[in-house]
Amino acid sequence: MADVVKFAKPAGFFDTFVRRPGPIKKNMHYCPGCGHGILHKLIAEAMADFKIKDHTVLIAPVGCAVFAYYYFDCYGVSSPHGRAPAIATAISRTNPDDVVISYQGDGDLASIGFNHILQAANRGENMTVFFVNNAIYGMTGGQMAPTTLPGQVTQTSPWGRSVEETGYPIKVCEMISQFEAPVYVERCALSTVPNIMKARNAVRKAIQNSMNKKGFSLVEFLSGCPVNLKMNAEQMNAFLNEKMTKFFPLGVYKDVADERAPVHHPVPTFDREKVIETLYPQAFDHAVEDNFRYKSPVFQKECKVKISGFGGQGVLSLGHVMAVMGKLRNFNVSWLPSYGPEMRGGTANCSVVFSHKHVGSPQADYNCDLMICMNQPSVDKFLGQLSPKGVLVYDASTISNPPTGPEQTVYGIRASDIAAEMGNQKMANSVILGAVIQMMQECLMNEDEKDDLDRAVEAALNESFASKPELAA
Amino acid sequence: METEKKKRVFRCDINGDECKGCGRCVIACPKHVLSMGTKLNKMSAPYAVYAGSGCIGCGGCFYSCPEPGAITIVEEVQD
Repeated sequence: MADVVKFAKPAGFFDTFVRRPGPIKKNMHYCPGCGHGILHKLIAEAMADFKIKDHTVLIAPVGCAVFAYYYFDCYGVSSPHGRAPAIATAISRTNPDDVVISYQGDGDLASIGFNHILQAANRGENMTVFFVNNAIYGMTGGQMAPTTLPGQVTQTSPWGRSVEETGYPIKVCEMISQFEAPVYVERCALSTVPNIMKARNAVRKAIQNSMNKKGFSLVEFLSGCPVNLKMNAEQMNAFLNEKMTKFFPLGVYKDVADERAPVHHPVPTFDREKVIETLYPQAFDHAVEDNFRYKSPVFQKECKVKISGFGGQGVLSLGHVMAVMGKLRNFNVSWLPSYGPEMRGGTANCSVVFSHKHVGSPQADYNCDLMICMNQPSVDKFLGQLSPKGVLVYDASTISNPPTGPEQTVYGIRASDIAAEMGNQKMANSVILGAVIQMMQECLMNEDEKDDLDRAVEAALNESFASKPELAA
Repeated sequence: METEKKKRVFRCDINGDECKGCGRCVIACPKHVLSMGTKLNKMSAPYAVYAGSGCIGCGGCFYSCPEPGAITIVEEVQD
């Protein structure tokens, strides 16, 4: 007499779960009766049957199934909460021949990561999404989820979910199936045997779609959480089949895989040389020598510059030109514009930091060495951030008598007036730049360095305004 | 009597130490040959037991079981 194995642990699982901590290496960590185990078995079986273990990536974000990589004998990524579709997009685009599975729960997919899944579905990424809907936040102990049924009692809805207060359960399959791109959307239930067998077919169909590069497939599984819902196996199946299916009807919502041609997304490439060339075009431009640095002791330490004014005065451009000058002269520089609502008028500002070493923080918000203020609100707001021995340069046409400290150096330039006399008030920032350069040349530099600074300014202006040649002239 | 169809015999092997005692296989079995035992396993969970005969090899208990290797169904083939 010989035994022929009919149904046994699928080969898509590891034999022993060595990654699982603790003494138990043959069981999964799920509670008794959990739907995850059933779905894991269906996926593992399909992976083994289709022989795709070596090029399958299973992405499990936060949720009970975050440790799916303990069990599946395939590639795996654990992702932040709700972000599995984004990571799946990256993996599927860079490895178009792989089968990418995103395994998400309802708190994950329908709540925190809802926009991710909608956008990925709408783009028609070549991935398979398995969405486990148990109508509750299981991992954290049974709180109300977006998919909790009306009237259902949970930890955070002890009198039952009130639709007046928290709305209705979110119907994911109905929504996703409305998009043009997805090819296959079905809802199954992991309850009684006939329903589980339908779910098995759905798992296999969705994985096959991905293997054939048909695009986005999503299968929702109504799944039991017997421990948190305090039910036994029989009550759990009855809850799934009778209560949940009322709100979440089972069935195929969309299946157009046969009519669709395989999808082709552009495959991103990463060419290191090209990135460097784009980001860091050339370090030196007409400098005295390759490792030339200004000798003045001012430049031996990190210099923080804050430039502020009102939106449209060109404070960001002024900061940018200064940063480029620093870059062209072998400094490490950062240029950090502040993109707050104050950009619309008031106190637009940017921070520029120069350093011979690495720039620590790009933010110049205390002990600034140089502050350029181009309107009164900027003085009021930022003067306190100037170092006690710092330098203030301000537009004297609009600002009167800034309250500076005794050791601070102050230069008032009638920049707006001068610019208006020259024909365009918008050139006030250039006037200020000229003043700052003059100040540096007179106070800090020897003859060679003065000449060099002029060349640096010219090169920086050319680079900063390369996209606006009429301004450079 | 060679024309008589041979009756196929199946057996449900339950690995008691991998069972968590959820009882899903018990209600999935159409022939009611599985039941929840009274002994406890290594994890201190009660585990399902097979009555010893009557399995028809449908696989319902296998697919209902959330544990990967707790249930194995084999066919006993006479040589």
